[in-house]
Order: sequence, then C-alpha cells, then structure tokens
Amino acid sequence: MYQYDNIDQTIVNERVAQFRDQTSRYLSGKLTDDEFRPLRLQNGLYIQRHAPMLRIAIPYGLLSSKQLRKLADIADRFDRGYGHFSTRQNLQLNWPKLEETPDILEELSKVEMHAIQTSGNCIRNITTDQFAGVAPDEIIDPRAIAEILRQWSTFHPEFSFLPRKFKIAVSGSKQDRAIVQAHDIGLEFYYDKKQKMAIRVWVGGGLGRTPILGSVIREHLEWEHALTYCEAIIRVYNLHGRRDNIYKARIKILVKALGIEEFKKQVEAEWLHLKNSPNTINENELKRVAKFFTSMPYEKLNDQDDVFDQAIQNNKAFASWVKRSVHPHKQKGYQSVTLSLKPHGLAPGDATSDQMRIVAELADQYSFGELRVSHEQNLILADVKLKDIFNVWEKAKAHQLATPNIGLLTDIICCPGGDFCSLANAKSIPIATSIQEAFDDLDYLHDIGELELNISGCMNACGHHHIGHIGVLGVDKDGSEWYQVTIGGKQGSDASLGTVIGPSFAAEEMPGVIKKLIDVYIKQRNPEESFIDTVRRIGVNPFKEHVYA
Amino acid sequence: MLNSQLILNQSIIDDEWTFVALPSENEEIKKQAGKVVLFKLTGESSPSELQINETVIPQNSKIILPLSVYLKNREALKTRLKNNEIALWLATHETLHALITIEKDINIFPLIAIFVERFQDGRIFSLGNLLRTRYQFKNTLRAFGDVLQDQLFYLKRSGFDSYLIKTGKDVHEALKALQSFSDPYQGAVDIKEPVWKRRVRS
Ligand code: HEM
Ligand code: SF4
Repeated sequence: MYQYDNIDQTIVNERVAQFRDQTSRYLSGKLTDDEFRPLRLQNGLYIQRHAPMLRIAIPYGLLSSKQLRKLADIADRFDRGYGHFSTRQNLQLNWPKLEETPDILEELSKVEMHAIQTSGNCIRNITTDQFAGVAPDEIIDPRAIAEILRQWSTFHPEFSFLPRKFKIAVSGSKQDRAIVQAHDIGLEFYYDKKQKMAIRVWVGGGLGRTPILGSVIREHLEWEHALTYCEAIIRVYNLHGRRDNIYKARIKILVKALGIEEFKKQVEAEWLHLKNSPNTINENELKRVAKFFTSMPYEKLNDQDDVFDQAIQNNKAFASWVKRSVHPHKQKGYQSVTLSLKPHGLAPGDATSDQMRIVAELADQYSFGELRVSHEQNLILADVKLKDIFNVWEKAKAHQLATPNIGLLTDIICCPGGDFCSLANAKSIPIATSIQEAFDDLDYLHDIGELELNISGCMNACGHHHIGHIGVLGVDKDGSEWYQVTIGGKQGSDASLGTVIGPSFAAEEMPGVIKKLIDVYIKQRNPEESFIDTVRRIGVNPFKEHVYA
Repeated sequence: MLNSQLILNQSIIDDEWTFVALPSENEEIKKQAGKVVLFKLTGESSPSELQINETVIPQNSKIILPLSVYLKNREALKTRLKNNEIALWLATHETLHALITIEKDINIFPLIAIFVERFQDGRIFSLGNLLRTRYQFKNTLRAFGDVLQDQLFYLKRSGFDSYLIKTGKDVHEALKALQSFSDPYQGAVDIKEPVWKRRVRS
C-alpha cells in the first residue's frame, strides 16, 4: 500500500499542529462556534447527541495491520473500546473528547493516518472497490489514481469551501462495486480502443434527500487529465451551485437544474482552459504511486487444495461460511475473505478494539499485513491462501467475526441513527438488530439468498437505503418514530433507486414486514432468482398487497 | 504598532484606499423550503439601479468602487483611472463576465478586491484563481469582509496577496496562518506546479 514520504508526513504533521491551534483558539473563545464548525468538520469532528464524533479517514478503504492496531489503541485510550466502520470506508469514534482530538490526530499521524476532509463542504475521502487489485473481473487497479486524487484534493485551495460536501468514487472493474453512480463524481476506468487507460466520468449522483443516479458527462477521458477535468467540474459547481439552501446545494441539483447537456457544455468550456495545466498527471508520478500497489509476492499455488476441500466436506458450518464469505481472486490458490461485522444482535459495522487486534493479527499471519474496509461495513482480508482459510475461519469465529451472512439479509447496512446522531428522525440500530434476531435461522437465511437491506435514520441516507434491495428509512410523525420501506433499489452497474411500498410502520412491526416481503419472494421466485430480480420481474404491487393485506 | 487590519504579502500595512460602499437597501428576506436564504446566487443581478445611482463617489482620494458603479461611470472616471486612483470591488455572487467584456485589460486597475460576506463562501477562491490565471491580473488582489485567519492559506494559494482581516480578529495571529503548510500537494496560483513536478519524490 502507499507509504508516506517526508512530504506526505510533513503535511499531516502540519495539519495536526494547525488543528491543535484552532482547537485551543476555540476553547479560549477566540473562535466562535460558527467559525470553528467548518474547521472541526474538515477534521471529521462532529458534535453529536451524547458527545463529539470523530471520523477517521481510511483512504479508499485500505489499512495496514499496524494502522488497525493503532485504531484499536486509540479506541481504548480515547474512547470506549470500539469503533464504527462506515459505508464510506471510514472509522467513526462515538465518544472522543473535543480537547483530546488533537492528541488523537497526533497518534494517527504516527501511522500515516488522519481525519482530513472526512466531513465538511469539501472533497471527501476517495472511495473504491474493496477488492481493488485482487478481483478477477478487474480491468484496472484504481488505487494509484485514487491516491493521486487523495493528495490533489487534500487542502485544495479552491475547493475547500464548496456549496456542499463532495464525494468521489473510483472503480476499475467490470462489475462496479464502488457505486460510481451514487457519487458527486464517479470515475470508471477502462482500456480504450488504443489500449490506453481511459475514464468514463459520471457526475451528479447522490442519495440523501433527493436521490439521483449520476449521468455520464464524458465517455472518454485520457487518464492524465483526471485531475484537471475534476477541477473543471468542481469549479463550475463551486461558482454556480446553490448556496442559499443546504438542501439544494449538492452538485446533483445543479446538474439537474441545468440539464446534463448544458452542464457538460460549461464544464468543457472551463476545461479548455485547464487542460494540460500543471496538475495534469504525468507518467512518472503515476509510476511512482502505482509501484505501491503492485501485486503481493504471491506463491505459486494450485487452485485446488486438499486441506481446504476436506474441511468443506467435513464441516457444514465452515462450508456455509465459505459460501458467503470467500470470494474469487485473480491469483491461483488465493481467495479474499470477508470478516462479518454483522453478528446478529449488535450494531452493524461496530468492532471492538479486541476484534481490531484480532483482525490485525489475521492480516499479519495470512494476508500480507493488509486489510480493506468495504462500504457494506465489513472487513476484508484480500489475499488468503486456500489452505489457510480454515484457520482464518476458526480464529475469526472465536471472536464473532465469522457470521456466515455476507451478502444476506442480516448483513445489514445501517447508519448510527437516533442512538447517536442528532439529525436522526428515528433509531436505526434497534431495527437492524430486531430483524437480525427474527432471521436468526441460518439455513433459512441462506435459502433466501442474496439480499441487501439498508437502513437510514433520516433522509440524509447515510445507510444508503435508496439502493438497498429493501430500504428502510426512519421518519418522524408527530414526534414519534416510523419507518418507510422501499424495495427494488440496487447498487452496481445496473443501479436503481427503490420504490416506496406505502405508508410507514412502527418499529415493532418491522421484522414482520420484512418477513412478509420475503414470503412473497419465496412464493414467486423462479429457480436461482434473487430477491432483487424477482422484484424487477414482477414489480412492487404483489409485495405491497401482501404487506398491507 | 500600526492600528491596521490590512495585510499585504507578509506585512501589516496602512490602508491607502478609501472603500466606497453601496447605499444599503431594504433587504428582502427570502424564505424557501428549509433554510433561510443567506447567500445570493451567483450572477443574480445586484445591486439595484437605485443603489448604483445613489452611490456617492468621493472626489479626491484613492477609492475602491463597486464594479457596477464603476461600469456606470466609466467615462467620467477615465482621468482618475489614469492617475491610479480607481480600484474595483465585487461580491462573490457577481461574475467576472461584465468586467472582462468591457475592460480588455484589467491591469489598468492597481487593485481589485473581492467581498466575501460569509467565510464559508468558497466562490472567492475560484474568482481569485480566474482573475490571476485566466485574466492575468497582476496587481493587488484583496479579500475583504468575513476574512479570517483560517482561510488565509487558501486565499494566498488562490492568488490573493492582500487581506483585510475582519475587525476584532487578531491580525498578528492571522499573519502566521499564511505559513500553515510548507509544501502543498497540488499546483495552484502561487505555486503552479504540483509537488511531484517540483521535487523528486522517493
Ligand atoms: C453520526 C453522525 C453522522 C452525521 C451527523 C451525518 C450526516 C450526514 C448528512 C447531513 C448527510 C446528507 C448530506 C447531503 O445529502 O447533502 C449524510 C450523508 C451520508 N452519510 Fe452521514 N452522517 C453521520 C454518520 C454517517 C455514518 C456512520 C455513515 C456510514 C455508515 C455515513 C455515511 C453517509 C453517506 C454514505 C452519505 C451519502 C448519502 C448520499 O449519497 O447522499 N454517515 N450524512
Ligand atoms: S442517515 Fe440521518 S440518522 Fe443516519 S447517520 Fe445519517 S444523518 Fe444520522
């Protein structure tokens, strides 16, 4: 993975000093609340329901075991011994103290980490596919460009006070796993006719209050122009995006208001001036960064292993875990393994500091000391030998990291909701746990098959409910908590937004509602057909009728 | 020590310019679904004809005029402009279009100032960049209004060299913020090349 040189390290160190100074000016009354707010947000610090919340950046979801151990230590020393992995591949601490955040940042800087631009109206952490570099369907490993984007966007002088937050996702695989269509900018890498790396550029996607899938603004952009083209897009947005109403301030609203054709015209006009300007990436820089992301020193192995095969035969629990948690790898004899942060009954995406240390150990022992965070809020060991998978399972299982539910109904994507978040209309974690408890029968879960369930506690959509096959949204009705249900949402290359099935439900009705949706699916499905495909084939009505019957 | 809030480059200096404000107008407060409107939209026509006509232009000092007032009185101001007595200011929601279509050479102005009503209004950075790079403005570029220490570094990188720090804020502290980062990543107005073209990286 990328390693800092002294330039990177100096920037992060100077940031710690800057934030220490800003915090102390705030505490001594020299900065008002309003003046301090954007400064702390640009360091990931929210003021929440019970305490501040600190969001730590995990650039494109990649972590070393050393970094994860540091996160565990920080969670112990400055928080309550756990952290929350988010849908944006970051880590959130729910109980830090404002006065101590500069110290936390200083600790992070020792392992080449920070909380820069994890919130605020600036370019946020760049996200990508959790299987980057190892997926068999990958065309281009997007991580080198993601790192170059990270550096370019860090303290970008022109774009640090945009009308609203700005999220960029990159992807380089056949099947999109980075949700490029639900980002302000999505960069999709491919090889063009001349076998040169090129980018399809998406713009204006986003969920939140006004969910919109992005539009293609440019089919073909040569890779060296990635930064200057983004600058053209963001400059048009910075100058013309709405600043009068925060609910209409995202770039998607501007793109929609102008229409993609007019927006594109303005961006292209701007780009004429920026094209080939100094931020044009050159071959040398790409090479320098790309060499941090070359293949791991794999052993030459067969793609079959007796130890593994026997364990599958002899151990049903292992076999059913493998079915869900082990993913194909481009290298013979290796697989990627997802460790579930969704044990039934606990907050989805949470990991204790002990679990973090266990995962770090697993990474060191079996996966070249690295791991990934997925936007589904799980942890991934990307490079595990077939013959080691059983050992990984045993150890993971002993620490509640091996619930065999990856990609299934109980692998719920869920925001912190009303338990932590002051913007919430309703709690989300108790809904997740009650559904998990209602579907605790693993055989039944596996029979239901692939199903994504996403829960957000309010229309800000941190839980991505619009693109859940089943989406649950907390709404407020006269001061009490209700839940609206959508079905038919999907992430991926054929992304879609879900449709609301009808009036909302009380919390205690939710497990029953999900059961009814599943009943309809089981009854109607064709062999091998997944829930989302059934919904797409038969439409929303049969589900609606049964749920409200 | 000077009793001034004005920074030029790295020093605190006295302001030799007289600022000419627009006469205030009864601002209508627009409400929309959600939040109260706090920002004018880019390109929104403002100020009004009445405001422009009622602006009093001081006769014998170096003055910073609202762009709209200058455009209206352009002919009458010709000699004073030649004597380097006329500078311009515009607000972040104004576009540069009106200026550059009328003045082919904006370097006739010794100073252009941008008014930022609220420090979170990032349009000021794009305006600075455009003035310096696209329109090749070489003279003093000043930020005024809600100008605070923690945005100075970005202003500097976006082409500003002069900052009128908000009244009540410590201008000496603010000076330090110009040095927040020693070696920024990306190319911008002040340092054109990104770090990878400036330095050999390991
Ligand atoms: C607890 C503190 C949090 C607060 C105050 C918060 C606030 C917000 C707000 C206000 C938005 C909407 C922005 C907009 O639409 O313009 C948003 C969007 C988002 N948040 Fe959070 N959030 C929090 C936690 C989280 C967590 C824990 C996650 C991950 C699990 C997350 C992931 C996201 C994502 C992915 C979006 C983007 C939705 C979109 O595409 O528009 N947030 N957040
Ligand atoms: S979706 Fe709403 S409730 Fe959930 S974390 Fe985001 S802002 Fe908070």
